[in-house]
Amino acid sequence: MIEVKDVYFTYPNGVDALKGVSLTIKNGEFVAIMGENGAGKTTLVKHFNGLLKPTNGSVLVDGVDTRKVSVATLARKVGLVFQNPDHQLFSETVEEEIAFALKNFGFREKVIKKRITWALNLLGLAQYRKTSPFMLSGGERKRVALVSVLAWNPKILILDEPTIGQDYQQKENLRQFIMQMKAQKRTIIIVTHDVEFVAECNPRVLLMREGRIVTDGDAQTVLTNPEILTHASVVPPQIAQIFIRLSDLGLPKNVIDVYEAREILFNILEEHAK
Amino acid sequence: MSVFEGLRFRRVYSPIHNLDPRIKFVYVCAIFVAAIIFWELLPLIILFLIQIPFVLLAGVKREWLRSMRGAAFLATVIFLTNFIFSFIGAGYIVTTKNVENAVAMTLRFIVLVESFSVFFLTTSPDHLGLALEQTHIPYEFCFAFTTAVRFVPVLAEEAQTIMDAQKARGLELERGNFLKRIRNYIPILIPLIVGSIRRSLELAEAMESRAWGATKNRTNLYVLKMHRGDFVLIVIAVGILATAIYIRLFFGIPSLNELLGSLF
Ligand SMILES: Nc1ncnc2c1ncn2[C@@H]1O[C@H](COP(=O)(O)OP(=O)(O)OP(=O)(O)O)[C@@H](O)[C@H]1O
Ligand SMILES: [Mg+2]
Repeated sequence: MIEVKDVYFTYPNGVDALKGVSLTIKNGEFVAIMGENGAGKTTLVKHFNGLLKPTNGSVLVDGVDTRKVSVATLARKVGLVFQNPDHQLFSETVEEEIAFALKNFGFREKVIKKRITWALNLLGLAQYRKTSPFMLSGGERKRVALVSVLAWNPKILILDEPTIGQDYQQKENLRQFIMQMKAQKRTIIIVTHDVEFVAECNPRVLLMREGRIVTDGDAQTVLTNPEILTHASVVPPQIAQIFIRLSDLGLPKNVIDVYEAREILFNILEEHAK
Repeated sequence: MSVFEGLRFRRVYSPIHNLDPRIKFVYVCAIFVAAIIFWELLPLIILFLIQIPFVLLAGVKREWLRSMRGAAFLATVIFLTNFIFSFIGAGYIVTTKNVENAVAMTLRFIVLVESFSVFFLTTSPDHLGLALEQTHIPYEFCFAFTTAVRFVPVLAEEAQTIMDAQKARGLELERGNFLKRIRNYIPILIPLIVGSIRRSLELAEAMESRAWGATKNRTNLYVLKMHRGDFVLIVIAVGILATAIYIRLFFGIPSLNELLGSLF
């Protein structure tokens, strides 16, 4: 469980990136953090594994204040995948890249081997096992970075912009994986601008703006409310846009799921056909 | 990273900022040479103090102090190595002379950092590029140089992010013995270097696709001219250098210990 209590954070150069954020994320919850560029999303998630310590207020992970433990200790529990994969890739092969964290956490050689294979298969990277990560494409590098964190199976998983540069197939794989993690009651936090991806996943949504959380609710409620979305520089997903425009037909406004939308539209058409 | 902070230019105006960068560079070189030719404590103290009026005049005291603090770690290392080796060389006894020598070596380093920091704190990268251009260095080199200077803070910030990313994967920089600690930095250095190379290639491509170098005869909006202040500074610089060489050649310099002894 992550408890954020009235956190303020100022960067050394004087930028106030967080201005009073309070928030509780329970175990097994799936949360998406959205909002305009520079809203403070990355700054907030860096507090969850202790990379940044609040200037004011406190962050507790499973009841432990992040100021009292090292990042390495917290990282075992809280896996954070950075926005830009190029900030972390350094090994000669993809395999070693994945092994890096596992060695740091003191996994045994045999377990490491097994974990690497498992992780490579997770997002379709098996054929790159012996390839240099620097030879891969942007989207592939991003996946290597993702997988190198997934490998130690942290209890809380934070993904900063996981869908950047991913083709549709890979996005779908990622979604499936997240859903699987959710079924296993892991806590997942994603930071993203990809509103369609969020609509498909249907998590709890936090909207941030200028260092504050302005909205907190389930995806279906938040993503179908144009006023609060505009306020945070987010556009509604396409399905929601259709239903907002069709609302004068007496259709419900709060639809973001494709299958639900199809159901509703079919029913209407059938009624008309009668 | 605070060493970089101390070299970071901020746009303010002061008599020092307005000086011609070429002359400022001559001044830095004069201090540099003077610091190298002395290994006694006394002249180095003087060289250190000479520069303080410049710092105050330029109004960059805070940034300058920060760069001094950034240099503190290396200064300590220099002091310790000098001290320990002379300690062993002298047969495991501490003499005032040894201590004074170690302090002098440290101070020499500090004087060098100090003069560079004053130079970079008061000279904008644009000014620097202009100065290079007007000394008839080919524009390609000037451009490469100013870009490099401009990217130093970017690089420092990137190093911080990379460090964060690796810590998030369980890297502990302070773990292990001395050699292990150095090896701990590999996961930080490689992304940093690869990133810089990649960025420079991308920058080159982006510039060429925007017709870089299409005009052969470049002109500048601003042209550097020597003013009164510049002449004063060049006199000061030459003065320092001449005095330093003169003293070096024709005088013996008392150690601080002897000097204090003769005074009291
Ligand atoms: N290392 C840093 N030093 C100083 N200021 C920073 C630093 N990192 C971010 N900031 C500032 O803090 C604010 C919040 O940045 P943050 O990276 O958290 O935004 P974000 O919501 O993740 O944006 P994006 O959607 O672009 O990723 C911005 O105004 C940014 O300029
Ligand atoms: Mg971000």
